[in-house]
Amino acid sequence: MTTTATRSVPEASEPTPPDGPRKPPERKRIRPRDFKPSDTALVGITVLSAVCAVWIIFDQLTLLSGVFGFIVVTAVVFLVLYYVLNRQLFGRRVAADRATGALVTMGVMCMIAPLVLLVGYLFVKGLHLLSWHLLTSTQNKVLESCPAGQTCVQPGVFHAIVGTAEQVGFAVLIGVPLGILTAIFLNEIGGRFAQPVRVVVTAMSGLPAIVAGIFIYSIVVIHFGFSGFAGGLALAVLLLPTVTRGTEEVLKIVPNDLREASSALGAPQWRTVWSVVLPTARSGILTAVLLGIAVAIGETAPLLFTVFGSKVTNWNLFNGPQASLPLLIYTSVKSSQSSDVALGYTAALVLFLMVFTVFILARILGSPWLGRTVRSRSNQRMANAAARGVGGGPVN
Amino acid sequence: MTITAEQSFLAETARKQGGFGGSAGEIVTDDVCAWFGGRLVLEGVSLTMERNRVTALIGPSGCGKSTYLRILNRMHETVAGAQLAGTVALNGTDVYDPTQRAVDVRRQIGMVFQRPNPFPAMTIYQNVLSGLRFNQIKFSNPDDIVEEALTKAGLWNEVRNRLKALGGDLSGGQQQRLCIARGLALRPAVLLMDEPCSALDPTSTRRIEQTIGEISHEVTVVIVTHNMQQAQRVSDSCAFFLAGENEPGRVVEFGATDFMFNSPSDPRTNDYVNGQFG
Repeated sequence: MTTTATRSVPEASEPTPPDGPRKPPERKRIRPRDFKPSDTALVGITVLSAVCAVWIIFDQLTLLSGVFGFIVVTAVVFLVLYYVLNRQLFGRRVAADRATGALVTMGVMCMIAPLVLLVGYLFVKGLHLLSWHLLTSTQNKVLESCPAGQTCVQPGVFHAIVGTAEQVGFAVLIGVPLGILTAIFLNEIGGRFAQPVRVVVTAMSGLPAIVAGIFIYSIVVIHFGFSGFAGGLALAVLLLPTVTRGTEEVLKIVPNDLREASSALGAPQWRTVWSVVLPTARSGILTAVLLGIAVAIGETAPLLFTVFGSKVTNWNLFNGPQASLPLLIYTSVKSSQSSDVALGYTAALVLFLMVFTVFILARILGSPWLGRTVRSRSNQRMANAAARGVGGGPVN
Repeated sequence: MTITAEQSFLAETARKQGGFGGSAGEIVTDDVCAWFGGRLVLEGVSLTMERNRVTALIGPSGCGKSTYLRILNRMHETVAGAQLAGTVALNGTDVYDPTQRAVDVRRQIGMVFQRPNPFPAMTIYQNVLSGLRFNQIKFSNPDDIVEEALTKAGLWNEVRNRLKALGGDLSGGQQQRLCIARGLALRPAVLLMDEPCSALDPTSTRRIEQTIGEISHEVTVVIVTHNMQQAQRVSDSCAFFLAGENEPGRVVEFGATDFMFNSPSDPRTNDYVNGQFG
């Protein structure tokens, strides 16, 4: 019989003073499935021995090579060793449990690794150029190649930040209300047209981005020329299905009890949706909107022939070509100039940081504690307004 | 000043209430039948729910008690495929009259559901006022309305210091009383309760029963319950519903609660209230 869990025998309770509450005696606390330091050490030892064993097999005996192969073989050897060790120490059940846990953890690492590598790569390649100058200047009057011994204007990405912010902002302005309204139609109103609309939305979510771009090109750009407005429309087309599907899923999980309670209080349907369903689904809708923004902010294809790209800042969303971060990355990184390539990587880092900032902001806005303060403030406003309405003293 | 505010609120509520009048109401139903998807589930229910009285609807599951209750405040029609026949009159006005709007009827005939369902995104304070806000009834003294409604529902002393807490933060029994307060804030003529205690512990149940006793001075209460003792404790009159196999539910007997529990005229009632079946 092997077990790590040490049972504590309750000790004789100490005599308690007659006055005051009894202080319970300190007892040894256990959590049967806790991961103790000894277990961590066990994992460490197993990893070490797996690496050593594989090193001997790989490098000394078979003269194999390759990092990837090494990692894969090490992982397998580790799992086997870990299982055997635990089986010897704690028995079959614990060993199976821990080996499975280790396998799942490895899966998680496989999923996280690309993300960490990607972000790390961006920082390594782009961080050295990131500066206040870069964020505030444009590519205007930047020479193709800088002759030696001359001070040249360093390029920046300000114009692209402006472009992306305006285009995505416009797309959100158009796409989010439309998407939420469509979701409300699908889930709250329904009827004969709900299914066709749902099919169309699903089809739209599979729409290739380039097709959305061509669509806007043919109906807007041909008549009015390149503009951020056209780009924003194309992005809105792409963002709409994401927001709609996401919001619909969230509305589905709002309990029907609440709609009934609201109707039973005499609320018309629009009231129920506005005051009960939407506030209840608030954080979920916010997530749907974020996903939509994430889709829109990274799109390059539809922008190629809608906003066209520019090297100067164009504040006017409705007239003339605009720059955009994805476009700038696309044109810079495939350039033959190494300075352009470096700029492209930094622009990618800036884009990543922008998305990250939006996500953080949305999380803060969607967090319960802030939500609660905002709500109680609106509550206070309501009370204040009501008090002003009476214009009288305290009511008894 | 105080009186003016109170009066204007009452006037506004009365105006919104249309032809129903302000205080407790009397519901008379005649030959009410209900169908779900073409299947008759309730037949020929003619009952009178007297003003300021508590009427209990008892009977085994699936005999149409809840359906009948939902017909009273026009919640039945919100279910897809639901139909009905017969008349329901509140203080002599037909609630199914084509000129009546369902929302006006529901404002007059409040409802408390089986499971407590306070609005999770609102505070306790906002939950109580939600009915007034939904109906765009102007009110000038929200604090008083909240206090009054919560006091009537027997919840005021427990929550007076945390009105800004979310409705979902309360215990089940408190949530249910919050739902009662929410209904009472609209000053309905009738309050329907669909097994309001079935999800609650005995202490909360007792508390709600006490609340029912107190509010029956102001509103007519119709309560569906599976608990015989509860029906006996809270109700003045009692209707026994029963559905035979493959038959719609019907009212077997309707009368004063004492009579129904001690000397019912129908043997089936006697069997049911004494726990012989159901």
